[in-house]
Amino acid sequence: MTQPFRLAEGGRIDRAKPLAFSFNGRDYRGYTGDTLASALLANGVHFVGRSFKYHRPRGIMSAGPEERNALVQVGEDPRTDPNTKATQLELVEGLRSMPQNCWPSLDVDIGAANSLIARFIPSGFYYKTFMWPASFWMRYEHFIRQSAGLGKSPTSRDPDRYDKSYAHCDVLVVGAGPAGLAAALAAGRAGARVIMAEADFEIGGSLLGQSGETINGRPALDWVAETLEELRQMPEVRVMTRTVCYGYHDHNFLTLMENVSDHLTEKPDAGPRHRLWKLRAGQVVLATGAIERPLVFPDNDRPGIMTANAARSYVNRFAVRPGSRAVIFTNNDSAYAAALDLEAAGVEIGAVVDLREDPSGPFTEQAEERGILVLPSRSVVATKGGKRISAVQVGDIDVTGTRIVGAPQEIACDLLLTSGGWNPTVHLFSQAGGKLRWDEAHACYVPGEAMQKGQYSVGASGGRFGLQGCLEEGYQAGVAAAAAQRMKTRSRKKIAFEASDDDFLPGRWMWLPPTPQPAGRGGKQFVDLQNDSTAADLKLALREGYRSIEHVKRYTTTGMATDQGKTANVNALGIVAETVERPLPEIGVTTFRPPFFPVTFGIFAGRDVEDLLDPIRKTPMHGWHESNGALFEDVGQWRRPWYYPREGEDMHAAVAREVKSCRASLGILDASTLGKIDIQGADAAEFLNRVYTNAWSKLAVGRCRYGLMLGEDGMVMDDGVTARLSEHHFVMTTTTGNAAPVLAHLEEYLQTEWPELDVFLTSVTEQFATITLSGPNARHLLAEMTDLDLSPDALPHMGITIGEVAGVPARVFRISFTGEQSFEINVPASYGLFIWQALMTAGQSYDITPYGTEAMHVLRAEKGFIIVGQETDGSVTPLDLGMDWIVSKTKDFVGKRSLTRPDMLDPERKQLVGLLTDDPNEVLPEGAQLVERVLDRPPMPMLGHVTSSYMSPNCERSIAMALIKGGHARKGQKVHAPLADGRVVTCTIAESPVFFDPEGERLNG
Amino acid sequence: MLQIPCPHCGPRNESEFSYGAEAHIARPKTPESISDEEWASYVFLRDNTKGVLLERWYHAHGCRRWFNLARDTVSYEILAVYAMGAKPPKLERKTYV
Repeated sequence: MTQPFRLAEGGRIDRAKPLAFSFNGRDYRGYTGDTLASALLANGVHFVGRSFKYHRPRGIMSAGPEERNALVQVGEDPRTDPNTKATQLELVEGLRSMPQNCWPSLDVDIGAANSLIARFIPSGFYYKTFMWPASFWMRYEHFIRQSAGLGKSPTSRDPDRYDKSYAHCDVLVVGAGPAGLAAALAAGRAGARVIMAEADFEIGGSLLGQSGETINGRPALDWVAETLEELRQMPEVRVMTRTVCYGYHDHNFLTLMENVSDHLTEKPDAGPRHRLWKLRAGQVVLATGAIERPLVFPDNDRPGIMTANAARSYVNRFAVRPGSRAVIFTNNDSAYAAALDLEAAGVEIGAVVDLREDPSGPFTEQAEERGILVLPSRSVVATKGGKRISAVQVGDIDVTGTRIVGAPQEIACDLLLTSGGWNPTVHLFSQAGGKLRWDEAHACYVPGEAMQKGQYSVGASGGRFGLQGCLEEGYQAGVAAAAAQRMKTRSRKKIAFEASDDDFLPGRWMWLPPTPQPAGRGGKQFVDLQNDSTAADLKLALREGYRSIEHVKRYTTTGMATDQGKTANVNALGIVAETVERPLPEIGVTTFRPPFFPVTFGIFAGRDVEDLLDPIRKTPMHGWHESNGALFEDVGQWRRPWYYPREGEDMHAAVAREVKSCRASLGILDASTLGKIDIQGADAAEFLNRVYTNAWSKLAVGRCRYGLMLGEDGMVMDDGVTARLSEHHFVMTTTTGNAAPVLAHLEEYLQTEWPELDVFLTSVTEQFATITLSGPNARHLLAEMTDLDLSPDALPHMGITIGEVAGVPARVFRISFTGEQSFEINVPASYGLFIWQALMTAGQSYDITPYGTEAMHVLRAEKGFIIVGQETDGSVTPLDLGMDWIVSKTKDFVGKRSLTRPDMLDPERKQLVGLLTDDPNEVLPEGAQLVERVLDRPPMPMLGHVTSSYMSPNCERSIAMALIKGGHARKGQKVHAPLADGRVVTCTIAESPVFFDPEGERLNG
Repeated sequence: MLQIPCPHCGPRNESEFSYGAEAHIARPKTPESISDEEWASYVFLRDNTKGVLLERWYHAHGCRRWFNLARDTVSYEILAVYAMGAKPPKLERKTYV
């Protein structure tokens, strides 16, 4: 295939390296150095997509990150990216791309019918029309999204790998145009560690698209090449291309996305596709340039309409003629440079339509000298053409600047270039909290006062548009940034730059140039082309009473799509300001938020996927559990055995067997995950007194006590058993999930409230393996393994002894979470598996049965023991739990004062009760809501909910616990649980939540 | 992501720390003798300062020590770091409207 619009010479493409690619199912050719957009234009393809709302034909409108129409779907499922800007997509061999938002095809699109009824789809249409009935919104939304969507996301998992890296530097330079290069050069010469990040694949910024610029008397691109070479020689300077800085966060923390391999034909086997850089910089130089603003006029969206500077870039950088006959529509001098460059490349210039009454400026004058037709005080009032512009109509602006007089004149063209001035790319500055300032002369927002320290906005992004100014500002910022990082400048070489220093003035700022008909009649004056919002939409929003620019933005969706209003925002502000007749700066600016540029989701996940998503904590006995068929449940990061099914057993059968064995003979549980905190110091007992609800001073050495810990708000936070090993040495156990929060809670009080206490806390959770033997034969088995005196007198319930078990140093606690005689054996973690196996072997004669967390839950529920986090949810006090017995009346402790606040004494608080279904075989679902009276349908006044519910093999019926309003006073009453399936289960509130062995006789045997 | 100067470990990313809210709020010495309102104020109520806030931080994934910071809640600039129990340094308080 030929490239009919490719120039024979010039440009920065490599004609020796042709590339094949496809768009919309057709094959084309381009060159290395092309973007998809430049390659399409070289092949004469302008029409590349349909618009969001009206499905109007749209073309390539820019040559940079501000592109709002040329969004393509790249690649094929599952390696496919939607909404990729063709202007930023580096051409690579075999690239496959498809247009978006059109059905069944780009050329024939059914949605284009929306265009015919556009009058009836004003802004807010969807909100206004589809809101009734409210329950139907979900259904409407489905269809609206389907017909109005942008690209398509992949349907299966992303096969590529992504990465995250941290980086630090003295000076980060964002942007490698003239200002950025000068800044990096200065900082690098001073010895600073510099990172220069450039989104493009080439260094040079705006200079790449220009012609005839010189620096110090030589071609500007020569200076770029020399500077780049010097930077590359510096060991502390890193130049990163294809790296977009998309976020500027607190304390000079910035986020960047590096495209590592999209541009490579042969993808490397190892390494990521994209990489997220989390970068902390000492100083930040923003040299992000400026974006040309289009003009707003009727039907300003046809393929073949683009910004003047984009066309210049296509001619000079990519050697592409974007059309054969161009009309330029401008309000400032800079567009004339495009007219000159295009004419030199053989594009016929129909005319320059200039809003200015008396066009002047350096480029204007050159164009006039070249004989280019200039039409002053004129405006484009209409455009013609379907899938490509074919003509413009030009009207005379009257002396008041508000009306068109006379009949419009038609000029044929296939290319219309517009320039409405320039907007500095202030996004990162604004993200960093900086205040923007309105520059009246240049009619744009420029950086005002910065919020963060060590930050410089230079060149066009700082509002300095001339080349010499860019170079000087950049260099000075580089010097200053290096000095701020305490670099001693080695080179004292005085640097002066000699270059042109023209900006784009003079200009005539008209936000909505006059048209023969008012806005909304005649052609559509698009402001945000990506969201299809028009000047008429903005005016409608104002008429409907919206005043805040943030509200106008949301109502009309102006500036809200993937381009984030890079070209639309200031035009929208101008139109709003003119409509409400207030100065533009008083309208305010909408907030810029990260990302500056769309980034791949994959970089946020990086390698933290699948098994690496979250660390998995395993006990020393984990391998045994696995090889003995355990199924596991996640408890926080811990993986705990859930139950151990034997062949043919389902969960119910396995749990029933485990539960029964434990009460009949002997069960064994891996309890290593319980949190363990070693507490030492002269004031350890006093410390426990203050953090637990009960008293600790008189706990004897060798004894344990159950404790309840509250937050200062009086709510139950954790529970567990603490043992006194010696006068000044305790070991506390916490629930599995709360080990870290409890330690943090204790440290906080110790360090911030009671620093005078002599107490030291150490987490020893992972230092010990914990094995629980529970059941009538627990003592018999343990006695076979140790010389310790296990008799009830020597080691009563709530006692602890230290010695050896199976030859291993051990702490043996006699404590019980099952209601059975029970011993918790703590051994150094490295002996955990050994002693587990020794107990399993010796336990065979007692039919020892390993049980998991499910059986543990049933066993404790039979005894009415609570689980923090199941019976409690952060809104439950000890009194609600009926645990007044553990709350000291005499001493102070954390949370005590809250327990006497009036709300806490309300008898209608939800209180914990036992609950028995009238049908003993019915097991309530946990979380089921409970009501006093069943009504025909919801809502019904709710009394509370079920917190725990199990089938209890030992009680031979179902058992449950529930939190019920005023529950303690409702014992014996009936409540009902209306279930999701329509059944209603009737239950009775039990006298006590202790369903098994209420006297506790089994414990003391 | 703030960069917080831990007095023991040096400058570290905010993600290593836990926030402890407003500093210099002492736990009442005799909670039983104060009114419900005073107690509720201690437990629940904090200033919503625009400007320099004295606040507590905990280096949870580092040295596990608590310390105080003076931080401007508008600019996020950290103006001072000082030990638990120490008096706050004298700082010029920028006022915001």
